[in-house]
Amino acid sequence: MPSQLLTESNSPLTREQADELSRVVQGLRNDQITWLSGYLAGLSAAATAGAPAAAQEGAPISAEAPELTILYGSQTGNAEEVAQQAARKAEERGFQPQILDMADCNKPKLKAASRLLVVVSTHGEGEAPDNATELHELVHSKKAPPLKDAKFSVLALGDTSYEHFCQTGRDFDTRLEALGAERVHPRVDCDVDFEEAAEAWIDGAIEALAGELDAPPSPSNVVAFGPVHHGAEQPSAYSKKNPFQAELLENLVLNGRGSAKETRHIELSLEDSGLTWEPGDSLGVLPENNPREVEDVLAALGFSGDEPVEGPRGEVDLREGLTHDYEITTLTRPFLQSWAQLVETEELTALLAEDQRDELRDWLWGRHVIDVLQTWPASGLAAQDFLGYLRKLPARLYSIASSCSANPDEVHLTIAAVRYDAHGREREGVASTWLADRVADDTPVRVYVDHNKNFKLPADGDAPIIMIGPGTGVAPFRAFIEERETQGAAGRNWLFFGDQRFQTDFLYQRDWLRWREKGLLERVDVAFSRDQADKVYVQDRLRENARDLYAWLVDGAYVYVCGDADYMAPDVHQALVDVIAEQGGLSQDDAAGWLGQLQKDKRYQRDVY
Amino acid sequence: MSQNDLDALDPTERIKYESNYLRGGIEAGLADRVTGAIADADTKLLKFHGSYMQDDRDLRAERQKQKLEPAYSFMIRIRMPGGVCQPDQWLALDDIAQRHANGTLRITTRQTFQYHGVLKRDLKLTMQDINATLLDTIAACGDVNRNVNCNVNPYQSDLHAEVFDWSKRLSEHLLPRMRAYHEIWLDGERVAASEGADDEPLYGERYLPRKFKIAVAVPPSNDVDVFANDLGFIAIRDDHGALAGFNVSVGGGMGTTHGEPETYPRLADVVGFCTPDQVLDVAWNVVAVQRDWGDRVNRKHARLKYTLDTHGVDAFRVEVERRAGFSLEEPRDYTFDKNSDDYGWVKGADGKWHLTLFVENGRIKDEGNRRLMSALREIAKVLKGEFRLTATQNVIISRVAAQSKNKIEGILREHGIEPEEDLSAIRRSSMACVAFPTCGLAMAESERYLPSLIDKLEAAMAANGLRDDAIVVRMTGCPNGCARPFLGEIGFVGKAMGKYNLYLGAGYHGERLNKLYRENIGEEQILGELEPLIAEYAQKREPGEPFGDYVIRAGHIAATREGRDFHD
Ligand code: SRM
Ligand SMILES: Cc1cc2nc3c(=O)[nH]c(=O)nc-3n(C[C@H](O)[C@H](O)[C@H](O)COP(=O)(O)OP(=O)(O)OC[C@H]3O[C@@H](n4cnc5c(N)ncnc54)[C@H](O)[C@@H]3O)c2cc1C
Ligand SMILES: Cc1cc2nc3c(=O)[nH]c(=O)nc-3n(C[C@H](O)[C@H](O)[C@H](O)COP(=O)(O)O)c2cc1C
Ligand code: SF4
Repeated sequence: MPSQLLTESNSPLTREQADELSRVVQGLRNDQITWLSGYLAGLSAAATAGAPAAAQEGAPISAEAPELTILYGSQTGNAEEVAQQAARKAEERGFQPQILDMADCNKPKLKAASRLLVVVSTHGEGEAPDNATELHELVHSKKAPPLKDAKFSVLALGDTSYEHFCQTGRDFDTRLEALGAERVHPRVDCDVDFEEAAEAWIDGAIEALAGELDAPPSPSNVVAFGPVHHGAEQPSAYSKKNPFQAELLENLVLNGRGSAKETRHIELSLEDSGLTWEPGDSLGVLPENNPREVEDVLAALGFSGDEPVEGPRGEVDLREGLTHDYEITTLTRPFLQSWAQLVETEELTALLAEDQRDELRDWLWGRHVIDVLQTWPASGLAAQDFLGYLRKLPARLYSIASSCSANPDEVHLTIAAVRYDAHGREREGVASTWLADRVADDTPVRVYVDHNKNFKLPADGDAPIIMIGPGTGVAPFRAFIEERETQGAAGRNWLFFGDQRFQTDFLYQRDWLRWREKGLLERVDVAFSRDQADKVYVQDRLRENARDLYAWLVDGAYVYVCGDADYMAPDVHQALVDVIAEQGGLSQDDAAGWLGQLQKDKRYQRDVY
Repeated sequence: MSQNDLDALDPTERIKYESNYLRGGIEAGLADRVTGAIADADTKLLKFHGSYMQDDRDLRAERQKQKLEPAYSFMIRIRMPGGVCQPDQWLALDDIAQRHANGTLRITTRQTFQYHGVLKRDLKLTMQDINATLLDTIAACGDVNRNVNCNVNPYQSDLHAEVFDWSKRLSEHLLPRMRAYHEIWLDGERVAASEGADDEPLYGERYLPRKFKIAVAVPPSNDVDVFANDLGFIAIRDDHGALAGFNVSVGGGMGTTHGEPETYPRLADVVGFCTPDQVLDVAWNVVAVQRDWGDRVNRKHARLKYTLDTHGVDAFRVEVERRAGFSLEEPRDYTFDKNSDDYGWVKGADGKWHLTLFVENGRIKDEGNRRLMSALREIAKVLKGEFRLTATQNVIISRVAAQSKNKIEGILREHGIEPEEDLSAIRRSSMACVAFPTCGLAMAESERYLPSLIDKLEAAMAANGLRDDAIVVRMTGCPNGCARPFLGEIGFVGKAMGKYNLYLGAGYHGERLNKLYRENIGEEQILGELEPLIAEYAQKREPGEPFGDYVIRAGHIAATREGRDFHD
């Protein structure tokens, strides 16, 4: 229960409001307050989101309020969310914030920016997000404009389990400086739990830029991360910070008998959560670690598991903490570095040397925290200290495979269970196998909606769409078609799907057949790699259908690619370039440019992982 | 043919009529990669090409949940008149089973092979491979004359050769021309509709109202159950033992529908005698009259057996004679003594040896150390003679020289098979239809269940000293009658999972239908009913009296005199 009472003097509230609110808050338990803060956060976020437009709605801003450009490059929406968060803060601080999608930032716009905040994530193998590739190229090219009198700071989003951690952010940071801009606040590199680091960076960077501005209008009201505001939606009380506890409705294997695959169809209830989503959005799932893994980690360190520790959710015993709050499988460079120091081993230290990156990559393959603990045991480590070495258990994202307008009460997910043997140990993906094996009907599944405005159906329901989604990549397209069915959208739809075997691995075959029957799906083309001697993939089907495909593109079709980032996405990209080159009689470069333009026009969107 | 005429008829008539001589949309359907099925209407046409679309019924519910379409696959039936298969053909067919089908060969109750589990994408290749063996699948199914049955008669080798030749010629003579078959499967050149190259002199654009079946029997063996066929030819010898001609029988059929007494099994009537040179004309005109007189409004009433009961047997015979331009002579005398096979080695008149092997329910496969499929493959590699498939789902290794007998026996033993297996007589004279999991019409298990039921009846027989006494047992998974259950001294006809109608009292050599004894009973009741009857039969039968005759004499069941009193 809160210490200090609200009055009209210490709050922007009227006396009545202040009294009422105080009365309400008085009676609350801590957990209730935590919830309420999340709830209010959601409200305020939603109310002010969508800046700059929304930003101007707030307290009228004096004409001469200095401009501040917030440039973001984002694939799955995090950087964009941070950008909007920054805009809200900047506005309070008296700036006139301009949120700018990197895709829309050409040379003049970049040149014009005198105060610049850059928020960018990294994807692929250290590559820029799709909407950032062009600007990324520009700043590295000799066409890059001089940025003599610009002030800037960069926030890099990333994941320490990737080899090229925050590569894109680093690139922008160095290039902007090289182009003459002044770094007024040091770059911050965020791991997957980026929220706090990002908030700190926002405050720091804005203050640094605000130098010459007079003090902020006090008091500033709490602003936390909330869902990106979408159209007229009711904001939900639930967010990544404050996940909804969903109930499992359905969990079945989509692959028929004799399949080499295990793809799960999972249905979760979102009833009364107020959560909404659009086709193309993903669901964030906060998993639990495998008890076997937890026990092995405890054993390796000689812990009983009952040791009391302070975790992100308050005091819990170690077993509980390791199960729910910390990543105890995937290895990250920071972990290895600090562990190497702790156990003082040459071997590990050597692996971490800059010139050993390839060796490290090979060594990491199929290895987890437990392998390190067993190979280089640490003795006498305190439970609480051990947690210090770990990062928070990150949520896993899953493309939502059902349409909210068709059925707002449940989300469907399509999940490939990750299971493999490596280094004499059965390995299991944390989230996928948790959902597959260990979530019972009464196990609360903590989820939030991860909005992704870079993977969206065309606003124009009459626009044709081409969906390329082999394997679990097909998930969002089930939502796409369901949506177009409920909206009665007239646009033509063409699906490309692929997997191993027709008999067993044709995910959602009945749905596609029904929609084709209805005339909703005009075309479905499938590639099953193991049904014949020579392997056939979706990219082969794309080439086979070059003429029609090109005709659709010329016709204004949108192209969507979802699924494997390592092999499928690049191969499909190349196939598209080839089709455009061949049919349009263009050189490879011009065809690539053609496709690049399509991407800028948001007619070529990818959601790959 | 006008639209309203078509509207008045069974829907299948329109499908046939509008199919452009059995082409329909089959080719487009085969090209569609998104489904393992083809369009409904096309499945009806595909039958004429010798294939049925099916799905694995064991997996239906499961795949529905998994959002997968049913596990569609195709059954292919080969046209093999008289069940004669040359060794090189055997090897090729065996190889096809491994490569394209479910790895088994299924001997049918009409002396041919069926493949099960052929996927749509392999269908065309499979058809081509079959045709490469000089066999085909034309008219193996559909509203046309089907595979012609012929007695396998190991003893009278000379007569067999002659009779077998007639059954082959019958099959060829009544074969639809079916350009569509060559176009679709064998990439034959396409013909412009105008050329009239598609014309079907016998069948026309709507083919027959229903399937049509012919069998040729050689007394005293009725192994082909000649009276279960629409048209039958019973070989008659002259005083010198040469082929004088055939008695002609018409109007046999088994198919019924539960709860519809207007459907009934019927045994053919012997309506006359014809000389060998008249055989083809008789057959042609019997088919032609059925084509014109048969019921095209109600498919369940379309078989020749109903045409005869509607128009009268005599009227029918007269019309056939009118069209043929000659009359049939009075039927000659003949006697049948059994409708099941003799097992083991027998020596033919030509001095060659024939080994009849029992194949449980016709399924040729390797199972545990009983590796029948491999054994027959090895035998095919060395056999100088031929294989013959019997109408009770068995195989004969035929025309073996005396000195080769040991080699054949050796191969069998190597593969865990006793050449002259000492099986109980009741097992040897039992057969079951396919039913689950492939048959779309099955209501109960048959092929997969009968063996375990026989285990128990076998025990009851042995307990009463009847181990070597045969009782003809026939089981089907539904009342369509594919294993000719209504000719079983004991007949089981599936009603629902685990439930059967029990029929008793058929004649030992296929001369009399059985009758319903108990309805819709499970195994416990089945044994409860049969064990006492078997014990009683052992006590009270007269010497040589078959079980089917006994239960009638003892008053357990009334005799069925003709199809129409089957339900009485
Ligand atoms: C394979 C075989 C049974 C066996 O265990 O050997 C068989 C199997 C089928 N029969 Fe039959 N029939 C088989 C001999 C028979 C016989 C016996 C005979 O001809 O001596 C009969 C009874 C005689 C008769 O025709 O009356 C028979 C009467 C039927 C009927 C009922 C016909 C009728 O007049 O009512 C059907 C259903 C239909 O045609 O509508 C049928 C339909 C079927 C189908 C194709 C089911 C379907 O229509 O979807 C079965 C395929 C099952 C599978 O998975 O293989 N089958 N069928 C036999 C193949 C014979 C051949 O090589 O051509
Ligand atoms: C926007 C987005 C949408 C997504 N949508 C979906 C979706 O719809 N369906 C879906 O199934 N997934 C989807 N994913 C992937 C998903 O988020 C998880 O990454 C995936 O389920 C694995 O998580 P996990 O916790 O089960 O495995 P983790 O515990 O995270 O382990 C996964 C790691 O194990 C390693 N690994 C996996 N297999 C092997 C192997 N054979 N050999 C060696 N190492 C291996 C790899 O390093 C891999 O990164 C999506 C990801 C993103 C970013
Ligand atoms: C397919 C994929 C590849 C990624 N590759 C990298 C990488 O190479 N380096 C890195 O630091 N982070 C990588 N990440 C992590 C993202 O940068 C991180 O999740 C970030 O929060 C995403 O921000 P966004 O939603 O704005 O794109 C990758 C994430 C995904 C899904
Ligand atoms: S009798 Fe019935 S169940 Fe048996 S094969 Fe024939 S149609 Fe199928």
